[in-house]
Amino acid sequence: MNLTNLVKFCSPVIGTLVIIVFWHYYVLILDVNPVVLPSPELVFRAIWERWPLLLSEGWITMLECIYGFGLSVALGIPIAVVMTYSRLMNLMFYPLLVASQSIPKIAIAPILLVWFGTGIESKLAMAFFIAFFPMVVDTATGLRATPPEYLELARSMRCSRLQTFFKIQLPSALPFIFSGAKIAVTLAVIGAVIGEFIGSTEGLGNLLLVANSQIDTGLAWASLAVLSWLGMLLYGVVVLAERVIMPWGISETSH
Amino acid sequence: MKDNIAKKPREDKAKAVSPLGRLENIKKVFPTGRDEEVIAVEDVSFQFQRGELVSLLGPSGCGKTTVLKMVGGLISPTDGVLEIGGVPVTGPYPDVGIVFQSPTLMPWRSVLANVLFPMEVIGKKNKSSKDRAMDLLKLTGLDGFENAYPRQLSGGMQQRVALCRALIHEPSILLMDEPFGALDELTRMEMNDLLLEIRRINSATVLFVTHSISEAVYLSDRVLVFSKRPATIALELDDDLSYPRSSETRYSKRFTELEKQAGIALGVVK
Repeated sequence: MNLTNLVKFCSPVIGTLVIIVFWHYYVLILDVNPVVLPSPELVFRAIWERWPLLLSEGWITMLECIYGFGLSVALGIPIAVVMTYSRLMNLMFYPLLVASQSIPKIAIAPILLVWFGTGIESKLAMAFFIAFFPMVVDTATGLRATPPEYLELARSMRCSRLQTFFKIQLPSALPFIFSGAKIAVTLAVIGAVIGEFIGSTEGLGNLLLVANSQIDTGLAWASLAVLSWLGMLLYGVVVLAERVIMPWGISETSH
Repeated sequence: MKDNIAKKPREDKAKAVSPLGRLENIKKVFPTGRDEEVIAVEDVSFQFQRGELVSLLGPSGCGKTTVLKMVGGLISPTDGVLEIGGVPVTGPYPDVGIVFQSPTLMPWRSVLANVLFPMEVIGKKNKSSKDRAMDLLKLTGLDGFENAYPRQLSGGMQQRVALCRALIHEPSILLMDEPFGALDELTRMEMNDLLLEIRRINSATVLFVTHSISEAVYLSDRVLVFSKRPATIALELDDDLSYPRSSETRYSKRFTELEKQAGIALGVVK
């Protein structure tokens, strides 16, 4: 590891430590009530002591996110393909798709709760519902953005329509698909937590609500921390998948 | 060089009586809007023989690329007769290889996979096509790069890969649309020599679009000088420079004379 990499790696760690130290002294000096803002030690202690609970609740939330996100990929990509290649389908359903986005997503949650119950299904449905849109839109954009030279090349080689799609259009849309997936996976976490807020007996979102109502702010903040780690973990997995699936380059929104 | 590149023996020019390609009174009009159209090509006629390298030389945007694409079947002429091997061209056909101005390599494919792409499309990717691809890469000085991705290569190297891809299925006609136009002068000269070398080995028939007078004169058996749009042929120049051609050729008296004639036809030499 050379110096530049070292600086790149250490800087965010140091930045985080600075914030934690500031937080610690803020609470200490101003004698902030732990109900309002727990000190860092309180949060760390909650994480340390309650980790089996956080892990098992986190596991449930993670499954909700993975299923919801997986579903949004599995359905979003084919829908984008249909919308791109069928003009009629595009005219019929694309405006509807865009209009559906004007509904505040959180307003759907109670309905989903009625449909799917308080189990994992209503949460994954919520995660799917939020994550689905960027998946469709980015995939469709990517499919339409195939450079015309490639299409001319395909024509000169007399590629069939399927060959053109699978060998040229789909791979050239991959960077867009992955940038959609990165947005979708973070939205899936939001969706899962909203779902848990509205009606659930398990998951990190539920744990957070319960801890809050019991004025166990250490645990509430600990749930929050685990939630953010979960988000980072899932995002990291998508980035990793991108590296593995498209080793030739980096997508549009790579960090 | 390996035998499987040198498959087609150079035919005796005198023996090839019927031309490989024939264009007669070709016209192309593009609609640009309601009741508006632009005439890209106006009445172009020429023929080319098997094994010949014919340059289409003209100013940018004159319609020479349109002529090339019509020969390749990518665009259909509005009017006129266009035949390859005595058969009218109605669309893209297998016996042609095209090199575009940009390499248009697929970034997700390795160099070898890019070269093999045409074979994959026609379902003939096998050991022998792979061997041929490796031979072509060797010929173009790219051996050792077969597993690299295009973005790891320079512009000149990318265009070499594109050239290999155009040659992989042993087409009898190679269409080149300003293939070296985006390269720097030195790389361009190297690529010119490479093209001459490829022709020496497999006597490909080449239609070569360029706006460089010296490139056209250096490479061609015949130079067709195009007018400004709408394209017509202003001059047909018989390029009688002797083979083998080398950097020496560029400084010969005849080279300069031919350049001047082409320049006069283009209107850049008064």
